[in-house]
Amino acid sequence: MNKLKVTEISKRFEARKVFSKISFELETGQSLAVVGPNGSGKSTMLKVLLSLLRPSRGTVEFMQDGSPMSDGQIRSAVSFVAPYLNLYDHLTAEENLKFFSTVAGSNVTGKEINSLLAKVGLEGRGQDFVLGYSSGMKQRLKYAVALLNNPKYLFLDEPSSNLDEAGKNVVNDIVEEYRNESIIIIATNEKEEYSLAEQLCRVNG
Amino acid sequence: MPSSSAGLMGKSFAVYVKDLRLELRTRNALNAILMFGVTTLTVVSFSLGQSNLSPKLWAALFWVIIFFSAMSGLAQTFIREEETGTSLALRLTADPDSVYIGKLVFNLTLLSTLAIIITPLFFIFTDAPTGNILNFILVLILGVLGLCSATTIVAAIIAKASVKGALFAVLSFPILITLLMILVGATEKLFDGKMLADILTELQFLVAYVVIMVTASFLLFKFVWEE
Repeated sequence: MNKLKVTEISKRFEARKVFSKISFELETGQSLAVVGPNGSGKSTMLKVLLSLLRPSRGTVEFMQDGSPMSDGQIRSAVSFVAPYLNLYDHLTAEENLKFFSTVAGSNVTGKEINSLLAKVGLEGRGQDFVLGYSSGMKQRLKYAVALLNNPKYLFLDEPSSNLDEAGKNVVNDIVEEYRNESIIIIATNEKEEYSLAEQLCRVNG
Repeated sequence: MPSSSAGLMGKSFAVYVKDLRLELRTRNALNAILMFGVTTLTVVSFSLGQSNLSPKLWAALFWVIIFFSAMSGLAQTFIREEETGTSLALRLTADPDSVYIGKLVFNLTLLSTLAIIITPLFFIFTDAPTGNILNFILVLILGVLGLCSATTIVAAIIAKASVKGALFAVLSFPILITLLMILVGATEKLFDGKMLADILTELQFLVAYVVIMVTASFLLFKFVWEE
């Protein structure tokens, strides 16, 4: 059983307050949507939760069976998809998947790569350079990378960004598949996206 | 889904292979380093090639060429990650130790390639004395190790800054000045016909410099990378 315990986190950029004193606790099987208008601090909040930014105050704890997780455990349990998270354009999709799998400490097989690519609708495109992908295909590939480690924590920032209807269905299917075995946090201002989560956290920075 | 797991060396090797593959496909850093090296060597060769310079001057010229070529390309491995927006994915997935080792070895490969190309050309196109070539190669190897161990951590520090090039040189200079002086001193002695026993102090310094820089960088890299 995994847990994410957020205690009174606040974030300021010099004089500007982004959000303050946000607390929540999520367990495996629970999901949360972080909503708010553009520039309200949704992405900032996700970055704080992912330790990519330091909170001005408060703490974020990743726990497994009641014990705090180490940095390495967190890295292998967390996956993140965002429009501003880029993969390597000059590697093929397969090379990207193999690389991220290896540095995450595992070794994905060719069969598993094909299965992941099929899951996100990129079957037969594994040998293509990411440079030649459309923005929607790149977004789908990010999901394939995110699913490499069977994430226990799935962070999605604007999950349907750049995706067509079929791509949005892929996202819905992934969220449904991982709903019971992961903690899912979605940052969005699209109603159809935040309706994927059970709980809501509104930020108005 | 994935089955077996890779250790630190396997992960570092994956970072190294990824950077090497990207470099061979884009040639950003390699072109910068080689162009700078060849251009500087050409200028030195045409203007001073047949001059009867002292061993000290030849040694200084050689290391100036290597140093400025290194400055023009060794930061690319981190700058590329920041500029293409891939550092975020790498930071979230890879453990910092493997990123540091992979990038250090990649920079060693780049600078070794430069040294392998530039060094014979330097002796062919100038009248620089060769001295004992094996001893010179030993100093060269330690020099390349020293330059890479210092510049890799500096490259990680400056990668997020807006004026990367200038900052890279400014931050590297105080760390590298002692190394360069020792390298020039050791090379001068070798060009002057001295033997290995005459440069033992310099060799000890170079080995100590590399060990200290690699150890300190390895310990500090996590904080630089994750901030």
